[in-house]
Amino acid sequence: MAYSEKVIDHYENPRNVGSLDKNDPSVGTGLVGAPACGDVMKLQLRIDERGVIQDAKFKTFGCGSAIASSSLVTEWVKGMTVDQAMEVKNTKIAEELNLPPVKIHCSVLAEDAIKAAIADYKAKKAAR
Amino acid sequence: MALKLPIFMDNHSTTPVDPRVLEAMIPYFTTEFGNAASRTHVFGWKAEEAVEQARSHVAALIGASAKEIVFTSGATESDNLAIKGAAWFHKARGNHLITLETEHKAVLDSMKRLEKEGYQVSYLPVEKDGRVDLARLEAAITDKTLLVSIMLANNEIGTVQDVHAIGELIKKKNKLTLFHCDAVQGVGKVPFDVEAARTDLVSVTAHKMYGPKGVGALYVRRKPRVRIDPIIDGGGHERGMRSGTLNVPGIVGFGMAAKIAKEEMSHEGTRLLALRERLRKMIQARLPETYVNGSVDHRLPGNLNISFGYVEGESLLMALKEVAVSSGSACTSASLEPSYVLRACGIGEEMAHSSIRFGLGRFNTEEEVDYVAGVIVEKVERLRALSPLWEMFQEGVDLKSINWQANAH
Repeated sequence: MAYSEKVIDHYENPRNVGSLDKNDPSVGTGLVGAPACGDVMKLQLRIDERGVIQDAKFKTFGCGSAIASSSLVTEWVKGMTVDQAMEVKNTKIAEELNLPPVKIHCSVLAEDAIKAAIADYKAKKAAR
Repeated sequence: MALKLPIFMDNHSTTPVDPRVLEAMIPYFTTEFGNAASRTHVFGWKAEEAVEQARSHVAALIGASAKEIVFTSGATESDNLAIKGAAWFHKARGNHLITLETEHKAVLDSMKRLEKEGYQVSYLPVEKDGRVDLARLEAAITDKTLLVSIMLANNEIGTVQDVHAIGELIKKKNKLTLFHCDAVQGVGKVPFDVEAARTDLVSVTAHKMYGPKGVGALYVRRKPRVRIDPIIDGGGHERGMRSGTLNVPGIVGFGMAAKIAKEEMSHEGTRLLALRERLRKMIQARLPETYVNGSVDHRLPGNLNISFGYVEGESLLMALKEVAVSSGSACTSASLEPSYVLRACGIGEEMAHSSIRFGLGRFNTEEEVDYVAGVIVEKVERLRALSPLWEMFQEGVDLKSINWQANAH
């Protein structure tokens, strides 16, 4: 399978790899996918009091397209508000990375990771 | 000697043509181009003579006589011809066939076709090491069983079946049941003899033993005579079992490849085993959480199939751009299902996704093994640094305790 240049670039130079403190109340953690399916993404967002995403970190177990999709969204969501980040669509990710049909699920997973991280942040906030 | 990149370490998929094989083939494209079926002139006679010499070499490699070799276009055709041909010819006698879940698709899909025609097929599971349990096989054979198809060596995990015991068991349980063996991966790599294994039909191919692509053979036993229906009709070549003008240069190449394999198998096997163990030890000494799939004791010398825990196979292949290997990961197949062979061996889906198959061959060197081991270690470490599963494992989280949401597919 041939990969697009953008997938290769994100795969070889992934942006924002790492972890934030998952116990920090300003951090939302999304863990989506399943090892049995061959894709697991962990996306963490640090969100300030105004609801703006200050930092984003990821770790991904998956193919090159899954790694690239998660790397890309960490770049995109930084500086977005929570509401803006909720609007990031998998189709945009797939388009940006030129994902072939068989890899669309990687972009779906990246979208899900954003939503899961925000949901976690909101749940933490509500519990406070 | 300087290392030449990229390195080919996928010799189960195909092998390069040995220069000695190519040299033998060349005249049969240009000056000796005759049709082996032409009886009226010297061009035909010479082609026929070359084909018959090649037939003897292929036969000798598996302990057969030349008259028992039917040339085909490759092992897929040989498997189809053996299974469908035997089932069709003998349908008055029964309707049952037996095979293993880990067989090649050419066998499994031939069986599925026969099921649509009304035959009954038993797909036997295998043990963790990929071998069939003989008691299970014995129990499956009935007086209606026309044919048992079990491979010599598996293309993914390299597991070598005990074909001697299998052949003996089949004939003991039902002497009319035919034993077909897809010997593609094993012939020329490990000793194999049609008499010792009591096989009736054996599929082989040239391009897995340093011969050309597009030429294979089916061994069809003559004593006692095994009857099959042809699947291709036409001019009645190959004693009516496989019509079509013979691929003379390909067959000549196959013959030379078989001759070399017979002469060099023992020496080459020892060398490949040493290379494989070097590769395995270098990887496992430096990387924790790696698991060898398949059998330790009953394995092709050149095969190494390893799962690298917490790393997905396709992403590892992508990192190994200068090394040609393959993976049991779903992402490398159109179906998005991980390897059915690994699954049949009881290997979990996550470990199947993490598997890499190395196939060492005649032209691989120790320098290449050292290079590949070094790159593997470096890339696995990089991908583990990127892996949330590795992080969780390091933190002592039991991955099985997590309620994964499998929403991707």
